[in-house]
Amino acid sequence: MTKDNGTISKQKFMEELRRYQKGSVTRRHFLGVTGLGMATAVLGTAVPGLRPRPAFAAGDIGDRVILATWPNYHDEMNFEAFTEATGAHVQVNVFGSNEEMLAKLQAGGSGWDVFVPTNYTITTYVGEDLIIPLDTSKLPNYDAGSFEQRFSDAGSVDGQLYAVPKNWGTTGFAVNTSKLDGAPTPTTWKEFWDLTMEGYSGRTMVHDYQLTTIGNALKYFGYSFNSVDEKELADAEKLLLDAKPHLFAISSDYQPPMRNGDAWMTMCWTGDGKQMNVDMPEIAYVLGTEGGELWSDYYAIPKGAPHMDAAYALIDFLLNPEVNAKEVLAHGYPSADARTNALLPKELLEDPILYPAADLLNALEFGAAATLTDPNRAELLARFKSA
Amino acid sequence: MTERGRKALLLAPAGIWLLVMLALPLLVVFVFSFGERGAAGGYVPAFTLEQYANLPARWTAFKNTLILAPLGTIAALVIAYPLAYFLAVRCSPKWRTSLLILVIVPFWTSILIRSYAWIFILGGRGLPALLESIGIDDVRLINTPFAVLVGIVYGYLPLMVFPIFVSLDKLDKRLLEASADLGSTPWRTFRQVTLPLSVPGIATGCMLVFILLMGEFLIPAILGGGKVFFVGNALVDLFLQSRNWAYGSAVAMTLVVVMLVTVSIYMKFIARLGGQREDVSLM
Repeated sequence: MTKDNGTISKQKFMEELRRYQKGSVTRRHFLGVTGLGMATAVLGTAVPGLRPRPAFAAGDIGDRVILATWPNYHDEMNFEAFTEATGAHVQVNVFGSNEEMLAKLQAGGSGWDVFVPTNYTITTYVGEDLIIPLDTSKLPNYDAGSFEQRFSDAGSVDGQLYAVPKNWGTTGFAVNTSKLDGAPTPTTWKEFWDLTMEGYSGRTMVHDYQLTTIGNALKYFGYSFNSVDEKELADAEKLLLDAKPHLFAISSDYQPPMRNGDAWMTMCWTGDGKQMNVDMPEIAYVLGTEGGELWSDYYAIPKGAPHMDAAYALIDFLLNPEVNAKEVLAHGYPSADARTNALLPKELLEDPILYPAADLLNALEFGAAATLTDPNRAELLARFKSA
Repeated sequence: MTERGRKALLLAPAGIWLLVMLALPLLVVFVFSFGERGAAGGYVPAFTLEQYANLPARWTAFKNTLILAPLGTIAALVIAYPLAYFLAVRCSPKWRTSLLILVIVPFWTSILIRSYAWIFILGGRGLPALLESIGIDDVRLINTPFAVLVGIVYGYLPLMVFPIFVSLDKLDKRLLEASADLGSTPWRTFRQVTLPLSVPGIATGCMLVFILLMGEFLIPAILGGGKVFFVGNALVDLFLQSRNWAYGSAVAMTLVVVMLVTVSIYMKFIARLGGQREDVSLM
């Protein structure tokens, strides 16, 4: 599409930029002479199998698609390839909690085309009439049979498909074992909380998220992760309040302090655990033997999505096993799609952080819709934070 | 066009803006504060005082805000005044512009990014590591009220410097000479002439900083590690996490009332202090 013009001097680049800004040259000319177009084109076509396909002629689905998702959860190159193939630019909004996503959709006018809800939110979205049933004829890459059922069945409500699986994972804790003074690595939530209040005082982080922070406090007593029982929640609250003076922070942004050594232990999601473990092997990822959370994320389309065709096109594109495999390699969260897994390297599929042993996995619970919307749990977390 | 029509035309943009962006939303919040939370969050119309009855559950947030906001304002004032004084009175005009620009430069970067920078300065590998090298061990700075205070002073300092600078800059220098001619010591001149004449600037700066601090949520969240909870943080959680709009509205209305009361007491105090009410009135 463009020929390589070789290098361009800074001065020349600025001159071209001015010309482009003043409108005296076209965007195509600007990208061409500066080499930026070339760079974009190379990035886009470097991914095999993702070159422009006749399925969507550029412009058919509009020029953009807006995706609301989680941090560090996609491969940028895939988005470039999508833009290359369809002409639609992917605009990404990053969120920190399901509640926040729900709040945005409830308030209306989110402007999103695709978003990434977690399993336990989908019935609420359906109940509140905030998402649309999916038309599988527009998702040729969706093959229901290839997904492991426990990670895909929350996408259907009353037999109707509303969301298709993205990735799944666990919520455990990450611990910097170099600070244990030779003691064995903790393996339970009981040890997590005890260590917080003793040897790791001032060094532990918990999520700024009621589902996991309260859920994992409930686990200390062996209660269900999803409990909304008054007495059990009272026990969890007491534990949280006792632990609070010993916490380094209440925040879901735990990678930076874990990496620079300010924090030694934190509640942690699979992918973050994997990312930290790869760079710093002394940081271990542990699933409490008492259990904890197992979760599965989905793609869904909000009601009134402004670019509906682009929304379907993007989901279908990301469900393509080749694309999906690149996603997994980039973010480190497992996929439930057998077709995708067939394309992944064996070491990854045998990784104990991504794919925990069956007995650990079986002790985990999926978060429940009632847990998410329970006002008492929300208030409990607020009391904990303001204490 | 008549004088009256011209006046109306001049006031129209601001008037419409205030009506649409302030008065109407405030009315909505007021109405919501008497409602109830929906089963899945949000708002259900009702008439109940339950939300206001629940206010004590956010007492700590109000307490933290009402302690740290004035403290932050005073700390910013103590640091800003000498700086503004230097810029307005002592600094040679040659340097003044460059120095003033330096005061503004931080505003070119988002407060979010600037606050993040403090995480590294106050974190274990920043100042505490430096202190350790001179023998002061185990200092924890990040995620404490102190860290929040540092962030507040840093973030809001320019808002304090400028009003004070302006009031000192337009101060008639002949008054200072007169004071000196009449035998005052420099200190007495400062106390009896300069300081009282800069009260409008101080009042404006304090007001700007204090009002913004009362609604602050970013700095406590980033530098307080979620452990220093302001009313602003309580509101963010109520609207974005527990999605209890009714209760959130009640907390917001209470914050507005607390703010109005505090500010009006403050205005009276300043007016008495400066004795020049007409210059102080901002509202």
